[in-house]
Amino acid sequence: MNVAAPQSPFLQWLYRGYMLAFLAYLAAPLFAAGMFAFNDSMFPALPWNGFTLDWFFSSTEPKIGMFHDRRLLRGLENSLYIGVLVSALAVAAGTCNAFLFERKQFPGKNVFYILMIVPLVIPGVILGISILVFASMIANGLEETFGIEWDFLRPGLFLVILGQFSFLTTITSLVIAARLRKFDISLEEAALNLGATRLRVLMTVTLPYLMPALFSAFVVAFLVSFENFNTTLMLVGSDAPLTITMYDRMVKVGSTPVLNAVSFFLMVGSGMLALLSVVVQKKDEPAT
Amino acid sequence: MARTDVGKLSFILLFAPFALWIALLIILPQLGIGYISLREKVGPGEYTFGFSNYVAFLSEPIYWNTLLRTAWMSILVTAMALAVGFPVAYYIAKIAQRRSRAALFLMCLIPLWVSDLVRAFGWIVILRETGLVSSLLQKIGLVSGPVELLYNDATVVMGLVYTVVLFMIVPLVSTLDGMDNSLIEAGYNLGGSRLTVFRRIVVPYAMPGIVAGCIIVFMLTAGSYLTPILLGGKNSMWFTEQIYEQFVTRYNWESGATFGVLLLVFTSFVVWLGLRLTGQSLASTVAKD
Repeated sequence: MNVAAPQSPFLQWLYRGYMLAFLAYLAAPLFAAGMFAFNDSMFPALPWNGFTLDWFFSSTEPKIGMFHDRRLLRGLENSLYIGVLVSALAVAAGTCNAFLFERKQFPGKNVFYILMIVPLVIPGVILGISILVFASMIANGLEETFGIEWDFLRPGLFLVILGQFSFLTTITSLVIAARLRKFDISLEEAALNLGATRLRVLMTVTLPYLMPALFSAFVVAFLVSFENFNTTLMLVGSDAPLTITMYDRMVKVGSTPVLNAVSFFLMVGSGMLALLSVVVQKKDEPAT
Repeated sequence: MARTDVGKLSFILLFAPFALWIALLIILPQLGIGYISLREKVGPGEYTFGFSNYVAFLSEPIYWNTLLRTAWMSILVTAMALAVGFPVAYYIAKIAQRRSRAALFLMCLIPLWVSDLVRAFGWIVILRETGLVSSLLQKIGLVSGPVELLYNDATVVMGLVYTVVLFMIVPLVSTLDGMDNSLIEAGYNLGGSRLTVFRRIVVPYAMPGIVAGCIIVFMLTAGSYLTPILLGGKNSMWFTEQIYEQFVTRYNWESGATFGVLLLVFTSFVVWLGLRLTGQSLASTVAKD
């Protein structure tokens, strides 16, 4: 008998009903957003006019499918570019941080550790404006004193990457550090005793052990970068990522089913990535 | 000797990226908005320094009302997320069978991987005048005309709870998971009622998870932009919207920076207060996983 559970059957059913209602609440908007991508209508609303794939593949007016909509594709391309780059950078920096905080002893470590977590508790909008302001101050200073024009310090892809990097690094650091903490250091010592160099130990023992964590840190960073809005909004230039393009479309043109199609595409894509990361973690679990 | 040199070198190599990251992307930019917020433009390229932006904030009721409104709605959303999320977390960690536990947990995480924008868009499709709920209500004859369910506070709160509740559930599940059922059993054996056992054993045990969840949820809510704007419409009066407007629409960076500093100070204060009242630390709560 599970003492933690309610004992009367009535309460048990009530509890199960609550869980079902909760799951329905979670699924409702996703379902609604996805469903109307397949409705043969000009508006994402009832009545249901029959099934169509036009909102994905059609290339004729007035129904331009998402794979023929140049601005949406451009946004998708920018998002992928930003996501891959920023995740790679954040994983690299996160690995350094994990080694720093798990392996090294130095004065003020606790204070630095708190500093490492702080980016997670600063609202994204503020990270965005502060980086915008700081980059502009540097750019203006350079222009006034030396007459150099550094355009990459103005809103654009470079600043978007810096802005996302600033908080993604905290996430990757925490994920990688958690795995490094479980590592049995005697494995490294054994390899060293057997005559391996430090670099070789790192490449053949420690990093392979960390691989699942590096992978899932990359996936998490990529997904968070892909869906980030608040920080990106403040730093974006002419090359807008997909979320910003979508938002623009929603506000200026109003909602059309092509946005549902993009939503469906994003849900399937990120769902598969998340699942992949879970599978990689799971496969590794018995070994630890 | 050579060994400590290697240690020193590797320390420097590991510390450098960390220091660059924190200094250039976090500390200096924050000081930067602090600096800008103290600046006032008096002519082209001419500035004076003082607290005039802050005075302007205080003397304009619409500004500080928006901050207060954002604050209290964020607290409400946090409380509701806790109320909604705790039973779910408890079910996953303590009641569900081993096998269904992982599946349930995964199902709870799915919306996490979908952008805020998609979720808000989904709610719009459901709740607006021509939306699903409205047409269903008309079809079964409960209402005669279309009903607009968007653009009110209740919808904004509901949408915000939806966006953040997962961040409440995850830390709660991981703390409750560590609780031994014999603690609960002991409570009953000693004559405790359901309520007493819950209040004196379960809640204190789950406290680190509760605090962590509340901090994350509060920060996310107070800093959220999309959900209040899209579900609340133009009159949602959300503070981040004011910041955006000052920065982008009016190009008034001085007052935008002032608002940013105020939001940061305010949210940090609430987080500090929460940690203080519950005797937790930032490292033991937020960074636990």
